[in-house]
Amino acid sequence: MEKVQVVHYINQFFGQVGGEDKAGIPPQMKEGPIGVGQAIQQESGGRFQVVRTIICGDNYAAERLEEVEPIVLNWVKEVGPDLFLAGPAFAAGRYGMACGTMCKAVQQKLGIPAITAMHPTNPGVEVARKDVYILEAGDSIRDMRRVLPKMIGLAQKVLDKSPIGSPGEEGYLPRGVRVNIRVEKRGSKRAVEMLLKKLRGEPFLTELPLPEFDRVAPAPPIEDLSKAIIALVTEGGIVPTGNPDRIEAHNASKYCKYFIGNLDDLTGEAYQTAHGGYDPVYANDDPDRVLPLDAARLMEKERVFAKLFDYYYVTVGNVTAVASAARYGREIGELLRRDGVQGVILTST
Amino acid sequence: MQICAIVPIALTVGANRIVRGVAIPHPTGDPRLEKQDEIAIRKRLLTTALKGLQSRIQEQTVFKEQ
Repeated sequence: MEKVQVVHYINQFFGQVGGEDKAGIPPQMKEGPIGVGQAIQQESGGRFQVVRTIICGDNYAAERLEEVEPIVLNWVKEVGPDLFLAGPAFAAGRYGMACGTMCKAVQQKLGIPAITAMHPTNPGVEVARKDVYILEAGDSIRDMRRVLPKMIGLAQKVLDKSPIGSPGEEGYLPRGVRVNIRVEKRGSKRAVEMLLKKLRGEPFLTELPLPEFDRVAPAPPIEDLSKAIIALVTEGGIVPTGNPDRIEAHNASKYCKYFIGNLDDLTGEAYQTAHGGYDPVYANDDPDRVLPLDAARLMEKERVFAKLFDYYYVTVGNVTAVASAARYGREIGELLRRDGVQGVILTST
Repeated sequence: MQICAIVPIALTVGANRIVRGVAIPHPTGDPRLEKQDEIAIRKRLLTTALKGLQSRIQEQTVFKEQ
């Protein structure tokens, strides 16, 4: 039996180059499998052969997607594999963006089937879900053993041109594609049954999930900046040294508010980052690199705007549940509005 | 107004006013520069951000330095 030739895309961590300190490495390529690629070969019973592994640092890839894409395409084209696999990326946002973007490009521009896997809340899902099969993965590497066989199974079906089942059956994230099927009961019967279940408070499954557009209408502009109070907010985890309120480095359970009314500058002695998802060296050295207090204070003195709000709000946006992030945003927005703030500058890492 | 290094993520999560920051671990700074030059970068980013806050928009908009 001929082997399925696979090119595999992974980040610096799975590529065994290093952790956050190596997140800035540019794309590199190695012949043969590395780490997850070896597991893919094993899980496929030796049927899949990872002929080339492409590794790119999370920061490098996410900040320069348009630069990395042609490099990856070129390296894939050189080999001309049967299949392109990326990840799994789990809930890692930068990694997910890269996996989604590369899969979509390889499939659309080279005509090679591409499959990845990530958590449904990964921002990479939106990039590629309509075009690429994205297996639903858990939020961390703990789900690796479950998800790899699913990726391989679905890839095999795609390669064999076998019929692909629904998202629920195959374990991929819905792509918004509708398929006609024949069922026993006609629509009116199913609708009434569903309604009865709903009335009885029993669980039921809609046949037509409505898309959720999580969009808000843009706020009206600030009319007169010279009279406006401006606030700084960050998800970058800038906290007083020692992290007195113990904001978690990962999946933060809270946001905090700290007084900066008496400060012109954030120093590395008095402030630090509590964020566990990026290399903290630069922020710990000078926290203004994440929360730009020094420049904002100068502009306040130059009367660009009326006043810098006396407090800043902070949380850690590192694989933080979308539901909590949405709630923090809503609550912080309400609190700031109550305090008469007209404009907010939110920095994200 | 969101200042972030990865604009596609800000677009995906629905931010309406966006300015591209310098890099993920330092969106409002650049450790390769002298402190005064870093402050200048921050002021430029904030100026662009404040311009965005004063702009009437109908849809998600990425504001660029002028």
